[in-house]
Amino acid sequence: MADDTVIGIEHVTKRFGGFVAVEEADFAIQRGEFFSMLGPSGCGKTTTLRMIAGFEQPTTGRITLEGKDVSLVPPYKRNVNTVFQHYALFPHMNVFDNVAFGPRSRRVAKSEITGRVRELLEVVRLADFANRKPGQLSGGQQQRVALARALVNYPSALLLDEPLGALDLKLRQAMQLELKRIQREVGITFVYVTHDQEEALTMSDRIAVMSEGHVEQIGTPEEIYGAPSSVFVAGFIGVANLLPVTVDSVHGASATVTLPGATHSPAVVSGPSITAGQSATLMLRPERVRLSSVEPSGSGARLVTKIMQLTFQGPVIRADLRAADGTEIVAHIEPEDDLPAARSGDDIWLTWDDDAARVLPLADIRVGGEAHEIEEMGQVAFARSNA
Amino acid sequence: MAGAADTAPKRGRFAPYGLLSPGIIWLILFFLVPVAILLRASLSSQPERFVPDDLRFKWKWSNFSNALNRFGPQFQDAMRNALIAAVVVAVIIAAVVVLRRGLWHSTRARRLLIGALVAGFFGAYIITSTVDGWGDHFQRSFLYAGIATLLCIAIGYPLAYVIAFRGGAYKNLLLGLVVVPFFTTYLIRTIAWKTILFDNGPVVDILQSIGVLGDSGRLLATPGAVIGGLAYNFLPFMVLPIYVSLEKIDVNLVDAARDLYSSPARAFRKVVLPLSLPGIFAGTLLTFIPASGDFINAELLGSPTTSMIGNVVQNQFLVQLDYPTAAALSFVLMAIITIAVLIYAKALGTEDLTG
Repeated sequence: MADDTVIGIEHVTKRFGGFVAVEEADFAIQRGEFFSMLGPSGCGKTTTLRMIAGFEQPTTGRITLEGKDVSLVPPYKRNVNTVFQHYALFPHMNVFDNVAFGPRSRRVAKSEITGRVRELLEVVRLADFANRKPGQLSGGQQQRVALARALVNYPSALLLDEPLGALDLKLRQAMQLELKRIQREVGITFVYVTHDQEEALTMSDRIAVMSEGHVEQIGTPEEIYGAPSSVFVAGFIGVANLLPVTVDSVHGASATVTLPGATHSPAVVSGPSITAGQSATLMLRPERVRLSSVEPSGSGARLVTKIMQLTFQGPVIRADLRAADGTEIVAHIEPEDDLPAARSGDDIWLTWDDDAARVLPLADIRVGGEAHEIEEMGQVAFARSNA
Repeated sequence: MAGAADTAPKRGRFAPYGLLSPGIIWLILFFLVPVAILLRASLSSQPERFVPDDLRFKWKWSNFSNALNRFGPQFQDAMRNALIAAVVVAVIIAAVVVLRRGLWHSTRARRLLIGALVAGFFGAYIITSTVDGWGDHFQRSFLYAGIATLLCIAIGYPLAYVIAFRGGAYKNLLLGLVVVPFFTTYLIRTIAWKTILFDNGPVVDILQSIGVLGDSGRLLATPGAVIGGLAYNFLPFMVLPIYVSLEKIDVNLVDAARDLYSSPARAFRKVVLPLSLPGIFAGTLLTFIPASGDFINAELLGSPTTSMIGNVVQNQFLVQLDYPTAAALSFVLMAIITIAVLIYAKALGTEDLTG
């Protein structure tokens, strides 16, 4: 990607008293991209967004907008606009006046304001609602007014703070596509804050996964999902099996590890600082493993497990398995893959391709705590290896 | 409502009236009955030697003309001034709305223009029908009450704003402090001010020594003392409704305004102030109406030259024992306040703000 930075976050740390909300965040957001900051509540994503908007100032480090340092510039002098979590529409103004608020503040010519507001109301498909008050609109409509009110200013970047959080599931999915369409249509950089990993994967060009004030990983949805750099990222995005392993040898990006069943498996080194002899975590995505009722031939990795439960979930069958050492493993199998006579309690062989196995550094306690919290929130099924 | 009535027809139908009945009974006993008695008194004749039970109801409309003859010029001036003020305010607001917003808000603009025209008609009528000067009880009442109300807004709004947005953990304590003076009775509080403003008191001494007041200058028995007393006594009635309306405002709205290129001043003007207008409206009613009928402050802190219509009514009732005249004056006061409030409500258009 050509370097065309719109927003630069340069070594930014934000403290509130003794509490560190964001620590050493350092990344750049490119022009025209859909950039998401993803993480559980309290991870610092909203604080980072508020610093970009100007509502908070970084304690150290600086924030640039279009190449200029704006760290101490108040929000009303920055060319970025925010879509707030609960929309924050002005209840005493109708839709037209809400959308026209920004241009009027900047003393744009009246005729131009009318044109721009009409145009944006077309984009969000609310042209017929110009005279309604926010209280007379549904949640989804209010959401779109908030979008139009921000976009009408042609900002350098649009900041969205969990904008779909207050909507029900169906509407949320519809709005995800709608947001993506609008972003393509207007071509403005979107900076999107969410705790919903599915939302981030669906819409983003790039994702920054955050945890406890740290940026854990930045990458495309494919990179984040396929090659997570830490146990936290692996567990937070999608479903991941995390198995305790020992590293036998490392050669560049490929490694060999020893599994609990004392079998050996080739794996790809995904995180940094993996050395031979150390304990590590092996990540396997549930859809990348195969089940077989007889021991597979060949030299590939394998593990014998017991079926605990098979659950039909529509597109996939979820198999809850348990390895000999008690490690729980989840596998997703296609309904067409017939597993003749497989039922709970049966032994079954687990195999996978070499590149499906990723070695990650051991999770530290901090991440373990997060993972537990996430599991309770029901956002990801998380098979913990080191319980 | 309909669903509730279907499932529990009896309770659903009568519960609202049951809940309303204490209020309705209270209003009938302590508002409608006294008003009826007052109305009867205002149209009765009174024997030479006063016996309160001996009023004879005679449709004596001349009581009104007699009362207005004795206090007539004053009444006409007051009416005139109140209406001129109302007309000016309504016309300015109508003009601003129509000029700045084009015709988007056609219903509101139309309503304002009609209000302005009606008020203008009455105003012109009063102006042409009277030539008398200023300086009477009615006029003084509205002037003092008006200034006291403005003072209450000027002092009370920032106070309510700070408590609502910056009060933090001290919100309830600060609100409590606003109400604390009410633990003392109205009369005692006003007498206390008499002591504070006393001619040889510390306040006058200090003001004289720094030259704000002349050597023979005094605070007591001046219009300033009466207005100050009114403002002091009615301040909580202004602070509390404004606080409530400010408290309801989502702080994200202020962030949103700042995000949309509004300076803090513009964010206040365009978002916080309009959303707190219902509070200002309620506070104004709670302050202006009782203040314009008040007689305690003028009695204790004023002089005969600062006496208000409340003093006249009180004097007619309790000293002169002239019930018909006092009752007639009370009715005129009520009528003027009702008209003024209606015009005020139209101009502020509070029903548009809440929607």
